[in-house]
Amino acid sequence: MSMNNQGRPTTPTSGAGEAMETNVKTFTGNKALMIEEALSFEVGDLSGSGVDLPELSGQYDRLGGVNRNETIGLPGLSEPEAMRHFVRLSQKNYAIDMGPFPLGSCTMKHNPRLNEKVARLPGFADLHPLAPESAAQGALELIDTLAFWLKELTGMPAVAMSPKAGAHGELCGMMAIKAALEARGEADRRVRVLAPESAHGTNPATAVQCGFKVEAIPGDGTGRVDLEALKEKLGDDVAGIMVTNPNTCGLFERDIRAIADAVHDAGGYFYCDGANFNAIAGKVKPGDLGVDAMHINLHKTFSTPHGGGGPGAGPTVLSEALAPFAPLPYVSCEDGKYSLVETLHHAEAEDGGDTLGRLTAFHGQMGMFVRALSYMMSHGRDGLKQASEDAVLNANYVLARLKSEMTPSFEGPCMHEALFDDRFLKDTGVETIDFAKAMIDEGYHPMTMYFPLVVHGAMLIEPTESESKRELDLFCDALLSLAKRAKAGETESFKAAPVYAPRRRLDETAAARHPVLRWTPPQTAQAAE
Amino acid sequence: MRYLPHNNAERQAMLNAIGAADIDALFADVPADALNAGFDLPDHQGEMEVERALGRLAAKNRAASQGPFFIGAGAYKHHIPATVDHVIQRSEFLTAYTPYQPEIAQGTLQYLFEFQTQVAALTGMEVANASMYDGSTGCGEAALMARRITKRNKVLLSGGLHPHYGAVTRTNLELVNAKVVQSPMNVDASEDLAAQIDDDTACVIVQTPDVFGNVRDLTPIAEAAHAKGALLVAVVTEVVSLGALKSPGEMGADIVVGEGQSLGNGLNFGGPYVGLFATRQKYIRQMPGRLCGETTDADGKRGFVLTLSTREQHIRRDKATSNICTNSGLCTLAFTIHMTLLGEAGLRKLAMLNHESACRTADALAKIDGVELLNKSYFNEFTLRLSKDASEVVEKLAGDGVLAGVPGARLLPHRKDARNLLIVAATECVSDEDIETFTSKLAEALS
Ligand SMILES: Cc1ncc(COP(=O)(O)O)c(C=O)c1O
Repeated sequence: MSMNNQGRPTTPTSGAGEAMETNVKTFTGNKALMIEEALSFEVGDLSGSGVDLPELSGQYDRLGGVNRNETIGLPGLSEPEAMRHFVRLSQKNYAIDMGPFPLGSCTMKHNPRLNEKVARLPGFADLHPLAPESAAQGALELIDTLAFWLKELTGMPAVAMSPKAGAHGELCGMMAIKAALEARGEADRRVRVLAPESAHGTNPATAVQCGFKVEAIPGDGTGRVDLEALKEKLGDDVAGIMVTNPNTCGLFERDIRAIADAVHDAGGYFYCDGANFNAIAGKVKPGDLGVDAMHINLHKTFSTPHGGGGPGAGPTVLSEALAPFAPLPYVSCEDGKYSLVETLHHAEAEDGGDTLGRLTAFHGQMGMFVRALSYMMSHGRDGLKQASEDAVLNANYVLARLKSEMTPSFEGPCMHEALFDDRFLKDTGVETIDFAKAMIDEGYHPMTMYFPLVVHGAMLIEPTESESKRELDLFCDALLSLAKRAKAGETESFKAAPVYAPRRRLDETAAARHPVLRWTPPQTAQAAE
Repeated sequence: MRYLPHNNAERQAMLNAIGAADIDALFADVPADALNAGFDLPDHQGEMEVERALGRLAAKNRAASQGPFFIGAGAYKHHIPATVDHVIQRSEFLTAYTPYQPEIAQGTLQYLFEFQTQVAALTGMEVANASMYDGSTGCGEAALMARRITKRNKVLLSGGLHPHYGAVTRTNLELVNAKVVQSPMNVDASEDLAAQIDDDTACVIVQTPDVFGNVRDLTPIAEAAHAKGALLVAVVTEVVSLGALKSPGEMGADIVVGEGQSLGNGLNFGGPYVGLFATRQKYIRQMPGRLCGETTDADGKRGFVLTLSTREQHIRRDKATSNICTNSGLCTLAFTIHMTLLGEAGLRKLAMLNHESACRTADALAKIDGVELLNKSYFNEFTLRLSKDASEVVEKLAGDGVLAGVPGARLLPHRKDARNLLIVAATECVSDEDIETFTSKLAEALS
């Protein structure tokens, strides 16, 4: 018998534990590792600071009399307080590094740390966008090299590097289409853009931002574009189509070439939303399919981290027909010397050529370019192909394993994501959102819910190639058990979920009805009442 | 392949479970002649090889910290506390998605709420959103928002607006047939904006400090705009200036857009940066981008969610206020941490350190023969007229290891009278020794 049996007990006493588990109310409100954290504004005060700065001379004031005299209202924290504040906040987040993050259409794959390391090399991270070209040759070469990879992978002749995210790339592509129509003298006439009902919200929003009107292309019942219905909608007032491929139902558009031909025959252009490129990168070249423009979300396919909502990067490849309208600036290379074409003035054509103009102050998301190139070089031609195949394999495996209890919306095989609807929950009282919230208690980030809009209560699962078979099996087992529990009438537990997350379900309706978008000091809050 | 967990036996087992003969059976919908295309690309490489190759490219650039550095014009070299980069690399922040499931994203949501509060306070506005891509795209969005609010078509750009911001705004506005009027770009900030505002003017866009570094008092132009029913959009490309200068809100701005790179974010050759976007409470339903709001959970505890999404593309589609989806999430975190470490006291001191650096640099340079300081007022950036072509001078000084500033021709290529202009920024990172080196090298170049 060891000493411990007389002293500190090393095994939990049975009995009371289980019943107590959820009822214990702690004094602090904390639950062991789950620590409540106030807003920095409630913790710090206006004199607090976590930086040491040199003393001022106090000799200068050339601010033109526009000095800031009023209190700004920004409390500061010392370094240990700040560190603890943000680390505690971090612990209230789910993340890919913790477990599967099967958000369909979002490609939450592993983010290699080599990418973070190289992006932080001072030559990239500490380089000014307006540094003289002679001081930025390596950066320009990197952009040019990444452009080469992107053009080769897509089989397209040109790429605009400056778009800041997918939606910005859409804007770039649709602007190029508009510019091309203007050059043809048809911009006033061609005002309609067609996009499937299953399209991501950014597609119609982008088209309208470019001054187009959007019309829906009906589906064909198999989760794809109805080619005949599309043809009927085409005409000489159509600027182009926006079609996602692989599409948002997780399927490859079988008629892709016929779709492209039909649009081109009608004088329009084909914008392809490339958000789902992860299914085919290194396997299929969109340029072989008749695409005129396509954005690539580097923060999806090429592993740059999502960072809780960005930053992203959306380089946009362009066909021969649209390339002349590419935005400024762009990199060019002559005799091994790189330069940045930033203005119409430097461009060959006297009048500045046909460029659609400038999309952002500088040259795009350089920090993301470094990460993406690091990823591409690591995988290489063979690894990118394998990654796409594994992504598709994983999604089909999930589809195969879940179809006994859940309802796939369309016939497989799927591409890199599997779409289910809520038919399997019929008459259970459990809805898609309840199912998703119950996944949280099981330790998973839910799949994309209620998108695409073409099926009822959509659940779009994208496992990505980063999940091992073991992880996928556990995930599928968990979902199957949830589906069984829903069918067995355990509705209430679904409605109550999540119970183990840092917060229970949040009242989004109240948030929107009475928007509180910032902290205000208690006095003013009272005075305002 | 280090990023892929499966071995071939597992792949085969999974194919069997699916009932597929081989992997290409899953790609059956792809036109056969397009499948398994050939690619002229190298095969995979180890960490060491990739790091070496990219390290070689990085070494061909001159980092700002490598020597005397005076470039600004919309992106600024500041010291970033070590804590910032540590925290933003935590897995829970770095590898999370947009907080669509708020119960397991309170970390992200709470810092967004703190960020919005900080930006609103800094700009002197009532509300701020959770970020735009950068200051320039925020500027374009502000012009579109002003058009929606006023239902007017003309947008007036001040001559002191960063030309790239003007270009981005023009690109966005021309698409919807808005009229864009550019006020003359005079280095001395002389322009009569009030006279150019008419009954069709949706907004006037004014930057302070302007692109030449002049500090602008926005109060008169705000009054002139409001008298005609137009909005004032204020642009701030150097957010640190708000620690020393009156906030645009206090001066009457209706929308404030800014570049937040200076706090927490590196130069990164132009991106990723973080666009600040703030306005009055009454305009929130016309705002672009994500908003984080406070609410309670089922147990009555305070929590945060993304809110007012009926403005956004995923709900409103073709009627959305903007197409923006992914924004600058992690850059807002870097901004928030840096701002929290500074606090009000730290920010004010940092701002004045910048101002003092610039004053000392200006005084030293203005003594050189062939150098004329053109600003009456400035914060941490000013414009010089040199006796020689500034682009050539900058190249020469770069050869001497001094990154001297932005030549006028880089921003205003069509303007002959801008060729001798040099825009010089000096932040807290500039040492007395840097100023001395710059001064002697510039004197040499001009002699
Ligand atoms: C299908 C699709 N298109 C476009 C986008 C927009 O991309 P981003 O968020 O990078 O702007 C997304 C991202 O969620 C998407 O899933």
